Amino acid sequence: MTATTTSTPPARPSATSAAPAPGTRGPRRLRLSPASWRDKGRQRAVVARYVLLVLVLGISIGPIVWQLFSSLKGPAEAIFGSAATFVPRDPSLDAYRTVFDQVPMAQYMRNSLIMCVLTVTSQVVFPTLAGYMLSRVAWAGRRVFYWLLILSMMFPFESIMVSLYMMVRDMGLGDSFVGVWLPGAIAAVNVLIMRATFAAVPNEVEEAALLDGADEWTRFRRIFLPAAKGSMVVVIINSFISAWDDFLWPFIVLRSEEHFTLALGLARLSASALSFDPRVIMAGSIIAIAPIMVLFVVLQRYFFRGVESGAIK
Amino acid sequence: MATTSPAEAGTLAPGASRRAERGRTRRSRPSSGAALYRAWWVPVLWILPTVVVIAAFGIFPFVNTVLLSFTDARPLGGGGAFVGWENYSRLLTDDDFWLATRNSVVYAVIAVPLLVLLPLMVAQLVYRRLPGIGFFRTAFYTPVVASMVAVALVWQNLLNERGPINTALERFGLIDSPIPFLSDTTLLLLSAIALTVWKGIGWYMIFYLAALANVPGSLYEAAELDGAGPVRRFIHITMPGVRLTMLLVGIMSGIGSLRVFTEIYVLGGATGGPGGADRTLPFYIRDTALDPISGNAGYGAAVSVALFVLTIGLAIASHKLGGSEDDQ
Repeated sequence: MTATTTSTPPARPSATSAAPAPGTRGPRRLRLSPASWRDKGRQRAVVARYVLLVLVLGISIGPIVWQLFSSLKGPAEAIFGSAATFVPRDPSLDAYRTVFDQVPMAQYMRNSLIMCVLTVTSQVVFPTLAGYMLSRVAWAGRRVFYWLLILSMMFPFESIMVSLYMMVRDMGLGDSFVGVWLPGAIAAVNVLIMRATFAAVPNEVEEAALLDGADEWTRFRRIFLPAAKGSMVVVIINSFISAWDDFLWPFIVLRSEEHFTLALGLARLSASALSFDPRVIMAGSIIAIAPIMVLFVVLQRYFFRGVESGAIK
Repeated sequence: MATTSPAEAGTLAPGASRRAERGRTRRSRPSSGAALYRAWWVPVLWILPTVVVIAAFGIFPFVNTVLLSFTDARPLGGGGAFVGWENYSRLLTDDDFWLATRNSVVYAVIAVPLLVLLPLMVAQLVYRRLPGIGFFRTAFYTPVVASMVAVALVWQNLLNERGPINTALERFGLIDSPIPFLSDTTLLLLSAIALTVWKGIGWYMIFYLAALANVPGSLYEAAELDGAGPVRRFIHITMPGVRLTMLLVGIMSGIGSLRVFTEIYVLGGATGGPGGADRTLPFYIRDTALDPISGNAGYGAAVSVALFVLTIGLAIASHKLGGSEDDQ
C-alpha cells in the first residue's frame, strides 16, 4: 500500500446533513414533523459525547498532569494521603533543582541526545538510499533483499537480544553508545516506508526529467528527495522518539553510569527511591516526558500521518 | 510482523477498494532508464549499509540464537560447548520458566481483548468532527509518545499504598485498608497490564480511525432511523465494518504483550515482583542469560527460542481465527 492512499482517508459524508431515509421523499420532508424531538436528541447526544470525551481525557492525561502538579508542590505540601490536593498550593521548582543537583540529569540528557542524533541520522539516510534502490532501480537480488527485510521483521527483539548482546560484546562495543546504536541503526520498516514513498512517484515525472537530460543523481535530488520529504519527517520523528524512550536494549548494553541515557537514569533513580523525596523522582520523569511532549504537540500532524504510513509493514 | 495495512483492512467499502486500485496502478515499476547507472558500484554503495545491518543484526542473530541454544555459552565469553538438547530438556522441568510463560500468556489473554475493544470505542468517540476534537485526539495519543519508564513511574505513584487511587477508594468508603497493587503478585501483574493498555489505547486508536473512514456513514444513519442505540450500532455496524483491523490490532497487541519487560521492571522492581513471581519471558531471558556472573547464554537462548515459537504461534493462530471468520 502506498503512503498516498493511506494518508488521505475520504471525508465521510457528515452525519448531520440529513440524508433521505428510504421511503421518504427528500431531506425537506424529513425536517418537518419529528424535527423538534430529533434535534433535542441530537443535542443530548453531542453533550453525552463531550462528557465521555472529558472522562477519557481524565484517564489518558490525568495521571501525567497529576505527576506534573505533584512535582511542582512545595516541600511542606502533601503528595500522598488524604491531605493531598490536586493543584499545588505553594508551587516551587525545588524538586527540579534537587534532581539536577543530586543526579547527573544533564549528563543523562546529553547521552540520550547523542543516541537520538546517531539513530535519526542512520535511520533517515540509509533507508532513503535503500528504499530508492528497491523501488526505482532494477538490480539482481532486489527481490531477495526485499524478502530479507520482511524476514528480519519476524523476529521479536526480545528473542534475539541474547545473541545481539554477545555479538556487540565480541565486537568490543559493550558499554558504548555505538554498541547501543549499531544493531538498531537501520530498521527494515523505515526502508519499506521509503520504498513505498518512492514507488508512489509517477513514472511520467521521471521520464519527463529524463527527456530534459537529467542524470540519475539530478533526478534523485530534484524529483525523488523532495517527494519523500514528508515520509522522511515521519521517519525522523519515529526514530527520535524510539531512541529517546528505549529502555531494555540500552539497559543490557550500558553498564557504567556515565553512559546512561535518561530512561536508564530514571530507572536507577527510582530503584534508590528510599533516599529521595518522591517529588524528585516525579520531577525526573516529567523531564523525560516534556521534550517528547513538546515535539509531539509542535509536529502532531506528522505524527498521525506517520502512524498510518508506518502501517505499511 | 503484521502484513495488513489498515487501509487494506478496511477495503470492505466499495470506495476504498477503488482507491486502493488507483494506488496500485500508480505504483510504478522501475523505469528502464533508471537502471543505466554509469558505474556498477554506485547502487552497491547505496544499498550495502542496509544489507549489512539487516543481515548482521536482523537475521543472523536469530540463526545464532538457535545455535547458541544447543551450547553452554556464557554471556561474558567462555563456554560454548555443544550440549545437545540439554537446555531444552531443562526448560521442561524449570518452574521459573513455566511461571514466566504463564505470566506472559496471562498478560496477552487479558491485554489483547482490552486493546482490541477500548481503542475502537475511543476512536469512534473522536471520529466525528466536533469542535475541539483535534485537541482530544492529541491528548489521547499523548501516553503513546511518553517514555515507558517515565509513565511507569507515574503509575507507581498512582498505585502507591497512599497514592491517589487508594486514597480516593478509602474516602468513598469502598475499602478499609489500601489495596497492595504493587506488592501482591497477582495485583502487580494486573497493574502492569493496566499500564500497558493505558499506554496502548492511543496507538491502536489511530489504526481504527483510518479504518472507520471506510465504514459508510449511511449505515449509521439508517440504523439510527431504525431506532438502534449507540451500543447496537457499535456491535452491528462498527465492529463488522472494521473487523480486519480488529484482527490486525489483536495480532499486534498480542505480540506486544509477549514483549513486556519495562512495565514489570519499574512497577515490580529489579527482581520482577516479589521473589521474581511476576517475571515475563523477556524478563526471564535477561535474568538467565545476561547476568555477568551466573548467566547462561545457552540456556537463555533456549528460552528465547521458546518466546519466538510462542510469538509465531500466536500470530498464526489469530490469522487462522480471522480466516475462518472470513468464510462465514
